[in-house]
Amino acid sequence: MTATAMHEPVVEPARRAMPGWARAALWVAVAVVAVSLTSYQTGLPELTASGTVQAAVRLGVPILLAGLGGLWAERAGVINIGLEGMMILGTWGGAWAGYQWGPLAGLIAAAVFGALGGLLHAVATVTFGVNHIVSGVAINLLGAGTAKYLSTLVFEPISKNPRESPPVPKFDTYSVQPLGDWLQQLEDAQRVGISDVAGILGGLVTGLSPLTVLAFLLVPVSYLVLWRSAFGLRLRSCGENPVAAESLGVNVYRYKYLAVIASGALAGIGGAALILNPGQAGYLENQTNNRGYIGLAAMLFGNWRPGGVLGGAALFGYSDGLQLRSGEITVHALFYAAALFLLAVVAVQIWRRKWFFAGMAAVFAAAMYSVYWFTDELPEELTAYTPHLVTLVVLAAASQRLRPPAANGLQFRRGAD
Amino acid sequence: MNTWRARLLPPALAIAFSVVLCSLVLVVSGANPAQALAEMVLQVGRGSTVADILNTAGAYYLVAIAAAIGFQMNLLNIGIEGQFRLGACAAAIVGGSLSLPSGLHALVVVLTGALVGAAWSGIAALLKVYRGVSEVISTIMLNTLSIGLIAYLVRVFGEFRGNTQGTALIPETGWVPGIPLGGGTVFGLVLLAVAVGVGYAAMMDRTRYGFELRASGLSPTAALAGGVNSRRMVLTAMLLSGAIAGLAGLPEILGRDHTFTINFSSGYGFAGLAIALLGRNHPLGVAFGALLWSFLDKSSLTLDNIGVPKEIVTILQGAIVLSVVIAYELVRRRELAAEQRRVGRALGTAAVPGGAKA
Repeated sequence: MTATAMHEPVVEPARRAMPGWARAALWVAVAVVAVSLTSYQTGLPELTASGTVQAAVRLGVPILLAGLGGLWAERAGVINIGLEGMMILGTWGGAWAGYQWGPLAGLIAAAVFGALGGLLHAVATVTFGVNHIVSGVAINLLGAGTAKYLSTLVFEPISKNPRESPPVPKFDTYSVQPLGDWLQQLEDAQRVGISDVAGILGGLVTGLSPLTVLAFLLVPVSYLVLWRSAFGLRLRSCGENPVAAESLGVNVYRYKYLAVIASGALAGIGGAALILNPGQAGYLENQTNNRGYIGLAAMLFGNWRPGGVLGGAALFGYSDGLQLRSGEITVHALFYAAALFLLAVVAVQIWRRKWFFAGMAAVFAAAMYSVYWFTDELPEELTAYTPHLVTLVVLAAASQRLRPPAANGLQFRRGAD
Repeated sequence: MNTWRARLLPPALAIAFSVVLCSLVLVVSGANPAQALAEMVLQVGRGSTVADILNTAGAYYLVAIAAAIGFQMNLLNIGIEGQFRLGACAAAIVGGSLSLPSGLHALVVVLTGALVGAAWSGIAALLKVYRGVSEVISTIMLNTLSIGLIAYLVRVFGEFRGNTQGTALIPETGWVPGIPLGGGTVFGLVLLAVAVGVGYAAMMDRTRYGFELRASGLSPTAALAGGVNSRRMVLTAMLLSGAIAGLAGLPEILGRDHTFTINFSSGYGFAGLAIALLGRNHPLGVAFGALLWSFLDKSSLTLDNIGVPKEIVTILQGAIVLSVVIAYELVRRRELAAEQRRVGRALGTAAVPGGAKA
């Protein structure tokens, strides 16, 4: 809080009229307008098609869950680079139990396997005081190795391939009717603006699995637990100032353990989302493809807040969903959208009389537009990695104004000071 | 902390613990751990295994030194994987498109690898220094991006030979001869790893830069007060680390393959981090770690032949890393407590747990 308290009067003198959620909603609206204008200007309905948004939801949910996992751990002061390994354990556990007893058992097993990874991380970092990042890297190695080993042992006799599991039964998907059909009709009408919004909303309300709904519900649940309960206050105090928390009688070790185990369980469920939602047949080696790390990046981008994590996951899910649908052209068009979005930033910065930032944004907008103008499409080898590129660009743009928990990543020993 | 016991005990404990753990895993899954261990030791004498172990260890040593330079100042260069592969790819492309006198040709290829590796890590360094982006996240993203970039480069500059796509063959002037050993050949450029090791040891112990590097890692505030420019240190350490990582693929390319194919070795980056942790960033410790890692890698091939799943080696490696860091921490705490007791006895204070009543 000190950082904002010291910052606020200098940067923005006495103007705090707009609450955070309204500001976020405004930027989402700007992004939607930019994308739908692009879709109209470039003649690419894929940009706002309900199919793209559905793919974005499918690809964004694992990232959202991993990001929430990171949020829980880091709010208690433990950096969790091991999300990737916990996610891999989750995919294996989900496939193993899902194959035998159905998707619900798969979900629970994935959470348990992820939580085991979290427990290991907690033992290493909290009890033994190992560097959090080193322990996380080791857990990623260990998670990948264990999943490979178990998959050779358990899946190979059934699937005849050590790298994948037999097909796993999926959760059924549901659509909100008659809203979904109505939005589909609107989308098919291809009217400027309205059809785009209908496409985006349609993608959000059709083909939902219970797991997807659970992931979305976990965002407000995380907020309520972490920010509106005594438990959450104590947990966050361990991430801000563990010595002070201890002096007030909080059992810091216990809260850190709980937070990291919950974090692992969330990452494990994120892994389960890859296999129990329609899209992939089952466990596949390397199928997490660094999504654990992207989830961590979504959390950084979201400034260690649940709503921000949701925003980050939406951004990465959308760019990932888009590159799947003839990415050479659609990702190319994304440069146009980015230029439009940056123009909005320029306008805002001019209105705030911040000439330097306005100039910077204008230069980047021009660069984005010139890339769009001078090329026709992007090589497909590169568009496959759009989410990763977006991660880098977004972090470069956003990371200066972030405030991590004050004691994040620091070693704490009971009774040390 | 500088006693030999404090240095050698943790890795020995960690390796012993990991071997016991993996034996348990093997017993549970129905294999015979003694037979597996015997097979692992026996394989060293067969065919070209010794040369293979040395070759892989040379590459591992380079990536591990790259990681160690970062670790010295608490920088986690997870992007070694990308720097190593992109450096090798660019070096092979440059090597294949040039015709130069022998010797000079190889030198140009080596320099290209180092420069490209440094440039790729430089992106992460600039992002960290000027935008405050954690190098962990940015290098992971750069790793994944490098996969796409390499696929693109190999398609544009490459050609098909058989059914693998690779860059143009490097002419004979760019080859580096090998050293025959056992049933195989050790790549000539493995000596490059030795040279880098000597240079690293000299830099850390004998130069001002090495001192500043360690100082920034041990206490950034003290280093700042001592006049060390932390931005410059982050930038140069990352560039140096990337340059060395960019070299790691070259022994293989200039000594055997003479081309870069899509199937080029991978997974070296995380191995490098693990080996640097195991060897405690010490030039000799890292050399031991690289040999151990390479030996374990080779045993995974022969374990498959006797019906033991080769993934047990990956678990073994992961367990070694995690237990070695825990072992270092435990030994550090014990030494600290012993130190406190010693001081307490010397001062004659009674308020020492289990301390002297005298």
